[in-house]
Amino acid sequence: MRRAGGCRVTEPALNVAIAAKSYAAPGKSQRLVLRDLRFTVQPGERVAVVGPSGCGKTTLMRLIAGLDRTFEGRVTRPGAGGRLAMVFQEPALLPWRTVEDNIALVHPALDAGALGRLYDALGLAGHRRQFPGQLSLGLARRVALMRAFAVNPGLLLLDEPFVSLDEAMATRLRAELAGILAAGGVTTLLVTHDLDEAVELCSRVLLLSGQPATLAEDVALQHGAMSRAGLREDLIRRIARLGHAT
Amino acid sequence: MLRLGSLAALVAIWAIGAHFAGPQMLPSPLVVGRLMLHDTLTGELPRQMLITLFRVAVAFSIAMVLGSALGIAMGRHAAFDRVADPWVVVLLNLPALVIIVLAYIWAGLTETAAISAVALNKLPNAAVTLREGARALDRSLDDMAAVFDLSPWERQRHVVLPQLAPYFAAATRSGLSLVWKIVLVVELLGRPNGIGFELGTAFQLFDVARILAYGLAFVAVMLVIESFIVRPFEAHAARWRVPRD
Ligand SMILES: Nc1ncnc2c1ncn2[C@@H]1O[C@H](COP(=O)(O)OP(=O)(O)OP(=O)(O)O)[C@@H](O)[C@H]1O
Ligand SMILES: [Mg+2]
Repeated sequence: MRRAGGCRVTEPALNVAIAAKSYAAPGKSQRLVLRDLRFTVQPGERVAVVGPSGCGKTTLMRLIAGLDRTFEGRVTRPGAGGRLAMVFQEPALLPWRTVEDNIALVHPALDAGALGRLYDALGLAGHRRQFPGQLSLGLARRVALMRAFAVNPGLLLLDEPFVSLDEAMATRLRAELAGILAAGGVTTLLVTHDLDEAVELCSRVLLLSGQPATLAEDVALQHGAMSRAGLREDLIRRIARLGHAT
Repeated sequence: MLRLGSLAALVAIWAIGAHFAGPQMLPSPLVVGRLMLHDTLTGELPRQMLITLFRVAVAFSIAMVLGSALGIAMGRHAAFDRVADPWVVVLLNLPALVIIVLAYIWAGLTETAAISAVALNKLPNAAVTLREGARALDRSLDDMAAVFDLSPWERQRHVVLPQLAPYFAAATRSGLSLVWKIVLVVELLGRPNGIGFELGTAFQLFDVARILAYGLAFVAVMLVIESFIVRPFEAHAARWRVPRD
C-alpha cells in the first residue's frame, strides 16, 4: 500500500488474535486448545511456530487458513496480497490425478516457464506424468510444496512439511526450500518441532506453551550475530526455561 | 480356458441329465438352442428382450440417481442421516413382492407402477452404499480444496466423485443383478410383455424349453452388459491405482 508522498506504509501480512478455541470433548464438555494467542507477521517475514506435540499447532494453521471458523477472536490478512497456500501435515494429493494435473487443478499463477523451473528446483521434472501412488513420501511432499508455490502465494502456511522423512532427505529438501523461500520473499508461517529447521528457514520463532497453547515467547533470531548452532542452543535453553520438551 | 472348460462341462451334464429326465422335464441343449435361434430369427425374442432391458435401464437409472443423492446427503450431514435412516431401513427390509403388489394396487397395472416398484426396491440399496462412500471421504482433501479455492463444481468433479467411484461401481454391480431379477417378477405379475411375461406364459403351458431358452438368452445379455459396460467403467475408475513399480 502506497501513500501520497511515497512514504510506504506496510500493514501486517497476518494478524492473529485468537481469544479461545476449544473442541467438543467426550460428554458435553469443551476442551480448550488455544488461549489468548496474539501475534502479527510482517510481509516477507518467515516465522516458525514451535510447540509440544499435540498442543494445537495444526489447529492454529486451520484457523488461519479459514478452514475452521468456530473460535473466539479474529484472524485477518490485511497486507498479505495474493492467495493463501498451505502444505498440510499429509501431502493431500489427489491419487487419481498425475503430478501435473494435481498442480493444474489449483490454477497456478506462475507461467509455464516459471513452473518448469520450479519442477527442476524441486527435482520433480521426471515425475510430472506419475500418479501420487507411484511416488515415495519424499517426492509426494515435494509435490505438495510445488503446488503451494505454484499459486504464487501471498501467505504460505507449512505444517511440518518434512515430518517422517529420513534425515538425509529432510536436510536436502530443507536446503531446497530455503533457496526458494529466500529467492521469492514469500511470507511464511512454518510449524515444526525441529529446531534446526526453524533456525535454517526462519528469522523469528514463536514458542507455544503446552495445553491450552498460548504464546510463551516470541524470539527474533539474530542470524548476523550468532551461528546456527548458537541460535539452536539458545532456543533449547529458552524452551527448557518454559518447562516443556519438544 | 478354464472358464470355457467349466462351461462345456455344465452343458455336458445338462445333456446327460436331459437324456435321463426326458424332453418334458429337461429338454436337451440342442432343442433349447434351436428354439432360441428360431425365436431370435422371428424377432420375438429380441423384441421381448428390448422391452425388458428398457425397463431395467429406466428403473436402474432412477434408483441410482435418487439413491446416490440421498446416500451422499446422508453421509455428509449427520442430522439428515438421523431423519432419513429409519425410512431407508424400512424400505430396505420391505420384501420386494410387497412393494410390487402395493404399487400395482395403488397405481394400477401400468408401466409407471412397474418401473417405480423396481426403482423403489433398488433405491435404499444404492443409498446405503453411497452413504458409506460419503462417510469415508478424506477430510484432508476437503481442506486442500478449500485452501486452494476450488469452485463447488471442481470439488464435486475432481475431489468428491472420484472418491465415490468405487462405491458407484459396487452399487452398479449389485444393482443391475437385483434390478433385472425384480423386473422379471414385475413383468410376470402385471405386464403384457417382456421376458418375465413370456416366462409366465411358458410356465402355464409347462414349456420347459422356452423357459430355458428365454432365461439363458437373458443371462447372456446381462453377461455382455457386465463385461462391456460395467467392467470397463470399473477399470476406468480405478486406472490411477497403478501397481507400484
Ligand atoms: N477435530 C477435532 N476434534 C476434537 N479434538 C481435536 C480435533 N482436532 C484436534 N483435536 C485435539 O486438539 C489438540 C491439538 O491438536 P492439533 O492437531 O492442533 O495439535 P498439533 O500441535 O498439530 O499436534 P502434532 O504435533 O501431533 O501435529 C489435540 O489434543 C487433538 O487431540
Ligand atoms: Mg499437527
